[in-house]
Amino acid sequence: MTSQAPGLWPPSGPEVVFLLLGAVAVGSALLVVTTRQLVHAALWLVVCFGALAGGYLVLTAEFVAWVQVLIYVGAVVVLLLFGIMLTRAPIGPSAGLDSGNRWAAALVAVATAAVLVTVVVTGFRTAYAPLRPGQGAAEPLGASIFRTWVLPFEALSVLLLAALIGAIVLSRTDIRGRE
Amino acid sequence: MNNPGPTLSDFGHDPLWISIIKAVAIFVFLMLGVLMGVWTERKLISRMQHRYGPNRAGKFGLLQSVADGLKMGLKEDIMPRTVDKVIYFLAPVIIAVPAFLAFSVVPFGPMVWMFGHKTPLQLTDLPVAVLLVLATASIGVYGVVLAGWGSRSPYAVLGGLRSAAQVVSYEIAMGLSFVAVFLQAGTLSTSEIVAKQASGGTWDILGLSIPAPSWYVVSLIPSFLIYAITMLGETNRVPFDLPEGEGELVGGFHTEYSSSLKFAMFMLAEYVNVFTVSAMAITLFFGGWRAPWPISLWDGANSGWWPMLWFFIKLVIAFGFFVWVRASLPRVRYDQLMAFGWKVLIPVNLAWILLAATFKALRMPEADRAIILTIGAVVIIGAFAIWLRFDTVNQRRREAKAAAIEEEFEQLREEPAAGGFPVPPLDAPHYHGVVPAARLNSDAAKEVTSGSN
Repeated sequence: MTSQAPGLWPPSGPEVVFLLLGAVAVGSALLVVTTRQLVHAALWLVVCFGALAGGYLVLTAEFVAWVQVLIYVGAVVVLLLFGIMLTRAPIGPSAGLDSGNRWAAALVAVATAAVLVTVVVTGFRTAYAPLRPGQGAAEPLGASIFRTWVLPFEALSVLLLAALIGAIVLSRTDIRGRE
Repeated sequence: MNNPGPTLSDFGHDPLWISIIKAVAIFVFLMLGVLMGVWTERKLISRMQHRYGPNRAGKFGLLQSVADGLKMGLKEDIMPRTVDKVIYFLAPVIIAVPAFLAFSVVPFGPMVWMFGHKTPLQLTDLPVAVLLVLATASIGVYGVVLAGWGSRSPYAVLGGLRSAAQVVSYEIAMGLSFVAVFLQAGTLSTSEIVAKQASGGTWDILGLSIPAPSWYVVSLIPSFLIYAITMLGETNRVPFDLPEGEGELVGGFHTEYSSSLKFAMFMLAEYVNVFTVSAMAITLFFGGWRAPWPISLWDGANSGWWPMLWFFIKLVIAFGFFVWVRASLPRVRYDQLMAFGWKVLIPVNLAWILLAATFKALRMPEADRAIILTIGAVVIIGAFAIWLRFDTVNQRRREAKAAAIEEEFEQLREEPAAGGFPVPPLDAPHYHGVVPAARLNSDAAKEVTSGSN
């Protein structure tokens, strides 16, 4: 799987695109938490997810990329927007969006990023996985999920089912606890 | 006849200029298609409603769409004062661009010679092409939601909200209706799904070999029926055009886009989306560009440029179906729409996928039938047990409710002045100062949770 790294300089085309997409993802993620406008924050989240999907595409994981667009861009953020608009849909800056904990949050975020980057760098160093087209199609992915990783997959689906039922029970006022 | 058409390996070899030619051709096709589509729809629906429709601009009113387009281009571009300017401007772009993108994976025909290059009549193909269509459709929702929100108008916000909920729900049912096709074809690439529908094998009955119908619309009819319903919901067309329901929301999400080319963009995107879902119906269920039966007996029917004609004819018929539905059906109520999507389409779809997967498993040569049938029996018995349990609970609830109503009637019969027959219910507090005894314990004061449960 791994082979000798061809060297970091000069970077190949996919590497440049990947780095640019990474920059877009990080930049839009920063804008999500710094913008003063609620709906714009949700839209920057869309850009962030889109850049992630682009990153998957560069790594030849086509199936994951389009599912990322379909689920995260097409459903999760739409539901977020739906929630924002259903409750309040302010146009223009909102005053209450600055949290008093922002410096602590920034510190935790930077520390987490540092830990992750250190782990990845020390773990892989110059290991290099060549990209083969077709690796990330539906078939190999499905085979690895339903053969190797079937137990985590099923556990996760039970967890999601529990969350779903919980949400239904919470939102329906005609279901009461036993007296 | 035996021309399986291009496969995935035939893509990605075009020189750049051929790709550009194809992309421009698709764009021009869609723009002309929208111009003619608007005219066709207005003309067709007029005839269905016993009137003439547009007949002033040009012969048969053919230039009506051109005239409308020119009018929109020349109108003043109004930007309402309180809108979020960036989003108000971006929304029509966001809705229109993905609508065009989805057409890049639609197969129009087999391999042809184009200026000395052998190339498939399709811009591109991916191992997961159908997912790309779903993904672009889900990005298009943002156009509607943001148009609604950015306009800063209650009607538009309500239209946008409805659209968000509707498209997300119907997209689930739509994605599920593709699953049976993927199971049958074993691929998500559009060109290969078309190739798989080239021949359907044969049935051997009493020594006769009858060619089985090869289009998935026959073998996967439940999937197709569900897809046909969801494609109406996905494109916000009648009977599911609630995001722009004129009756209650003025114009819905595009109320504030009253003039100019921005409104034209919304119309453009709506028609291109109709073409996209029709093209997907043709590709996944009606054999794509392959000629239908009597024509397919002719050897040349599935080669060269002819398949574009068959594809186009199928597209016109599918578009005619949209117009026919619009002329025939009233708009559904919003809670019925959501209940139908979540409580009927999705469960039926899931059950059908289980069934289709079982058939597929039974037909595999190395399959152990005993195990499959045992698991199937367990699932069916389990489903019946769950159904029985919920059915008895529902039955008990219904009986309790009927008993409560009967009891209330008894009480009212004994005490007519408390609001029962034949005295009109004068039970507002200023009549009596108190709530009548018969109403005290009734359900009338309770919260109504929602229209659907």
